[in-house]
Amino acid sequence: MSRLDKQAIVAGPGYSRWLIPPAALAVHLSIGQVYAFSVFKNSLVASFDTSLTAIGWVFSISIVMLGLSAAVLGTWVERSGPRKAMLAAALCWGVGFVVGSAGIASGQLWLLYLGYGVIGGIGLGIGYISPVSTLIKWFPDRPGLATGMAIMGFGGGALIASPLSNRLMGVYDPDFVPTDPGAVASGSALAQTFLTLGIVYTAFMLVGAALVRVPPGHGDDSTAEHSPGTNGALVRASQAIRTPQFWLLWVVLFCNVTAGIGILEQAAPMIQDFFREGGDSTVSAAAAGGFVGVLSLANMIGRFVWSSTSDRIGRKPTYVMYLGVGLVLYLLLALFGSSSTVVFVALAAVIISYYGGGFATVPAYLKDLFGTLEVGAIHGRLLTAWAAAGVAGPLIVNGILDRVGEPGNLVAADYRPALLTMVGVLAVGFVANLLIRPVSDEHFDHDAHSANEDRIAARQEATR
Amino acid sequence: MTTSDRTDGAHDASETTPPLLVGAAWLLVGVPLAYGLWQTLVRASALFTG
Repeated sequence: MSRLDKQAIVAGPGYSRWLIPPAALAVHLSIGQVYAFSVFKNSLVASFDTSLTAIGWVFSISIVMLGLSAAVLGTWVERSGPRKAMLAAALCWGVGFVVGSAGIASGQLWLLYLGYGVIGGIGLGIGYISPVSTLIKWFPDRPGLATGMAIMGFGGGALIASPLSNRLMGVYDPDFVPTDPGAVASGSALAQTFLTLGIVYTAFMLVGAALVRVPPGHGDDSTAEHSPGTNGALVRASQAIRTPQFWLLWVVLFCNVTAGIGILEQAAPMIQDFFREGGDSTVSAAAAGGFVGVLSLANMIGRFVWSSTSDRIGRKPTYVMYLGVGLVLYLLLALFGSSSTVVFVALAAVIISYYGGGFATVPAYLKDLFGTLEVGAIHGRLLTAWAAAGVAGPLIVNGILDRVGEPGNLVAADYRPALLTMVGVLAVGFVANLLIRPVSDEHFDHDAHSANEDRIAARQEATR
Repeated sequence: MTTSDRTDGAHDASETTPPLLVGAAWLLVGVPLAYGLWQTLVRASALFTG
């Protein structure tokens, strides 16, 4: 048995469960950097002397790899335990940056695709799901709060990475002025920034791996006491993907993410276009940047607040809010968003808080439906919805906007078809959520279920 | 010790977690998060002043 195995990291009776959220945050704050990738775009375009589209592929590859690796490696993460998974994630994420740095230094774009996109993307997938199942097991009474804290970190990671990266590029290239939106850092400064981030993030994630423990009794899945879902559900990942509930929830997540991307994809030019009068916008470029900041905050706060709220009001009603109220807010944004900037910003901020909340609440929804038996692996498979939405969302929005012109030179009415399309997408998700019912017992792992019942009875007998 | 505890393998030697360790762990993640939040608030303030 190695020190990385699940059996080696079983907490002692007095181990504080409040050490687990910071362990999870150390990982999620690091991998959340991916949402700040755009900070490098201008410099990478100049360094490789290529198009924005070619650089945009780096981000797309990493998000697709996130979904694929979470789906394929979810069962391995579940069985190996959080420490081994966090170590693997730290190494992949760090090596991804180092290989990317070598690609920038040598002018080989394919190395950036391979490093940050493929290897880093695998680190993202493993890292994202690595603490989720453990948090749910430590906080069976408040799973939404627990996963909300960790997944909030993914939103928070971008808030840290953006100014940190700008500062590093400024240190390595004195001519780089971060406050200038068109500023370009040298290739050498970019390579050194990637290398530094790779080292810092690896070290930070390893602290999380060192801190994390599984709760007493959870060193061996076959003898652990699991929290069943509704009607006593304990479902294995291989069986969960054969249930309509899994695929309905997949549609729910896909629709919620796609709708959020509808705003996030074009946030800065969108607010300027909504308030354009006679060719000029009343919203400055600096104010548009501020709007992106407000959305980042709403995204992060929504993850924690709404996911925690779901512990009180239930998972299904929470998604009724995300999708139903979100749909109405989207409609208001399309029809009346241009009436005032306050209305526009308020509507967009609430919509994006629902987008973040949708990510953070879904592990607890899975726990309610399938139990904790293999909830991490099921979550991994569900994240393919994120990867799919990451591709579909920009395609839908950009495809519609391309027909009317270039964002940054449009008016509010030009956005209406795209926004109304998103209303339709949310309506599909809303119906899918309403159709979710408790999982039929034909999908339960009956052996695990009866063994679990025996363990619960034995524990209750022992404590009597 | 229960049967399941025995099959779990190794346990931590320490019985209780020192509150200082919990505080240090939260500080480790809280400080960078606070830095990111502050920087974002400064950036977001441009929406109202810019």
